[in-house]
Amino acid sequence: MLSASLISKSFGGLAAVSDASLDVPEGKIVSLVGPNGAGKTTLFALISGFLKPDTGSVTFNNEDITGQRPFMICRQGIVRTFQVVQPFTGLSVRENIAVGSHTRIAKRSEALLKAEEVAALVGMEDLLDRPASDLTIAGRKRLELARALATGPTLMLLDEVMAGLNATEVHEIVDVVLKIRDSGITILLIEHVMQAVMSLSDHTYVLNEGKMIAGGKPKEVMRDPKVVEAYLGHGAAERMAALEKKTNA
Amino acid sequence: MSTRSLFIIWGLLLLSFILMPLFITSNRWIGFLEMTFFVAVMGQSWNILGGYGGQYSFGHALFFGTAAYIQAIMQQKFGWSPWIAMWFAVAGTVLVASFVGYLSFRYGLKGSYFALITLAFAEAFHVLARSLDSITEGGRGIQLLLNQDPDKAISAFQFNFAGPFLSSYGFYYTILIAMVLVFAVTWLVEHSRFGAQLVAVRENEEAAEALGINTFRTKMGAILLSAAITSFAGIYYVQKYLFVEPGIAYGLSKSVEALFAPIIGGLGTVIGPLLGSFFIHGVGEITKDFIGHYVGDRPGVDLILFGVILLLVLAHMPRGLAGLLSDVWKRVAGGRNA
Amino acid sequence: MEFLGITLNFYSWQTIFGSAISGVFLGSIYALVALGLTLIYGVLHIINFAHGALLMLSMYAVFFLWHIFGIDPYVALLIVVPGGYIFGYGLQRSIIGKISHGRDEIVLLVTLGVSIVIENVSLFSFSATERSVRVPYDLDGIDLGVTYVVYPELAALGASLLITLLLWLFIDKTDTGKAIRAVAKERQGAQLMGINVEHIFAVSFGIGTACVAAAACLLVPTYPVHPQIGYLFVLIAFTVVVLGGMGSFIGALVGGFLIGITEQLGRLFLGESLGVITISVIFILVLLFRPTGLFGQRLS
Repeated sequence: MLSASLISKSFGGLAAVSDASLDVPEGKIVSLVGPNGAGKTTLFALISGFLKPDTGSVTFNNEDITGQRPFMICRQGIVRTFQVVQPFTGLSVRENIAVGSHTRIAKRSEALLKAEEVAALVGMEDLLDRPASDLTIAGRKRLELARALATGPTLMLLDEVMAGLNATEVHEIVDVVLKIRDSGITILLIEHVMQAVMSLSDHTYVLNEGKMIAGGKPKEVMRDPKVVEAYLGHGAAERMAALEKKTNA
Repeated sequence: MSTRSLFIIWGLLLLSFILMPLFITSNRWIGFLEMTFFVAVMGQSWNILGGYGGQYSFGHALFFGTAAYIQAIMQQKFGWSPWIAMWFAVAGTVLVASFVGYLSFRYGLKGSYFALITLAFAEAFHVLARSLDSITEGGRGIQLLLNQDPDKAISAFQFNFAGPFLSSYGFYYTILIAMVLVFAVTWLVEHSRFGAQLVAVRENEEAAEALGINTFRTKMGAILLSAAITSFAGIYYVQKYLFVEPGIAYGLSKSVEALFAPIIGGLGTVIGPLLGSFFIHGVGEITKDFIGHYVGDRPGVDLILFGVILLLVLAHMPRGLAGLLSDVWKRVAGGRNA
Repeated sequence: MEFLGITLNFYSWQTIFGSAISGVFLGSIYALVALGLTLIYGVLHIINFAHGALLMLSMYAVFFLWHIFGIDPYVALLIVVPGGYIFGYGLQRSIIGKISHGRDEIVLLVTLGVSIVIENVSLFSFSATERSVRVPYDLDGIDLGVTYVVYPELAALGASLLITLLLWLFIDKTDTGKAIRAVAKERQGAQLMGINVEHIFAVSFGIGTACVAAAACLLVPTYPVHPQIGYLFVLIAFTVVVLGGMGSFIGALVGGFLIGITEQLGRLFLGESLGVITISVIFILVLLFRPTGLFGQRLS
């Protein structure tokens, strides 16, 4: 459904992303992981139109969307959430979500109704009339999700939607994400919470220092020595293998 | 506050304004209301771009002045009917707004930079009005021919020498009608998709873009609508005072007048500009009476107070009078429910 | 050549050169007003709308010192500059800073409010009558051939260069200057380092006001004093600051000269009335195409 091919982006000589490629098949949940500063959010920004790639292309349903304006990409069905949540603090939860519904709905009353439906889907129905500024971080993450969902996307780019949540909250969000996938929406998510990554994704990509170093089934990818090194440092893979040998011996 | 209660309040207000001349014959009070409604219209136009849209313009005089000049020039130099001229005034003003808006938003000017560029444009037009003598009569200003024929009062859109009713209340009802129309449009905007998107752009442009909003188009829509509304004020001014000159048209005072009412009354609300205008003019009248009693007719007194009020509102009432009233209402209504 | 009532004139090179030279002197006055503004802009990141009102207030102070006590405007520097610092410090600390609460969008409105209050208190107290200071040397000067320069203009040019140097030395060499640079660059970081940011803001505002007070002393011999004079200068000052670059003293100086020259040449070619449109045009162009200005972003 979505295909990013050899995407590169540099900022003043520093390569944030180098020749990164990924594919997201329709109806699946794909995760993008990697250590901090690897360039994951930059890659999201490149896919969703907030940045223009220096080289490479992004294709959505066989159409080239490289470098299109973000609002155009959203209208075509790809919506992204932000790592640092961006609620419309001056508005209520309902009004926030309604902004999302207005992407496809022109009538105000309809949009507000859709907002209610989406809120129920993510479990926010009792918070509808609260000001967004009142919400906790978990609430705001959920609102961000709801707002994006309301735009009627076919593909959602979720950027660290679980960051800052406790175990229960993570569990709840995972359920919501699965519900979303089950409703037919494809998901590409950036995550650090490994438990979520493992339980959710059908496929995982690993980005390190702007380069894609691994891609495949989550369990296999996590065992890949290159990936271990990326997270734990040089030589870590060897040390871990040695330790395992010792334990098994 | 439920929509029904809101409508009742608006209805009552409107009714009292319409019936006002039956009960109050004082010219001073009618004049006070005319001024209040006039500033409310200017304020509402600013409110659309600044209150709902979050783009603070410091040069709204640009729109006021352009409309006023076109209205005056069409009548004075080409002898056209004011009812025809006004279409050109609105169109011309919207054209100017599209130019300014395109440049500002295309180049991503926000916040203080946007405020400054609107100021710069207003000042540029101020200079043009002063210099292009052959068109604008320069510093002398344009004086419209006074119509003294009561039968032609309506066609000339001048009520100074009309029949008994129109002479006293012609302009009052004109500005009242304009205000009702403008406020109705604002209410519609607030409850439309455009309004929701405009507010989203104000709150967070990036997030708005991510949600499929064409932020450039939205902001353009806001500035064009705002300019169109301001042009009504410019047209009204010319018809009532029959005179326009560069300082009045493009001076900073009109730009400040436009932003005062919505900030004090409540940004991003329909009633804000009206509340703010009433408050400012009410305080102004009281001050002039009171202080005038002691120190005579010295200029600047009411403006000092306005400046202080602005500062107080910015410091303590970010949501303006409308926010204050809304909080009080919640307290009262909540108390009743408890 | 006439067009829409605009007369385009053509002149000899000498006239043009003379105009440019007078533009440099005019520009030095603009630079004087802009220096304080660019410091405030660079440190507090606010466009101080009240700057013009502060200029006007200082000019009245200089006028009354001359009118009542017979103090020469240049001597008044010793009184007005420290006075300006104190006033500016207090204004920022107790009013502007307090009301803005760190909300950047509001600050422009707050300084607008302050300017309205100051201007109208002046209007109320002093009335709109123009006041002029006459000093024995205000019409004496030097004949440069292409143009005649009066002593006050020379003094203004000298002062602009001197004050630019002093400001630069202060910011670069002193401890307070270092603190100011830190706050300008990274507000929160500076706070974490133990710098009292509110105090530094007030100090910067105070210095900015002191600069404009100095400018007032240098302007009074040549310009009449009335409540609106601040507003006349404020737009030009904004243009100079944005053109020169936020927080750049050399930018304010160069920007001032450029604006002064452009204005004079504009007056020459487009006429006295239309000539000043060059300032608005430059302002718009800079805002659109180079908002960081010529020397932007560095406090130097």
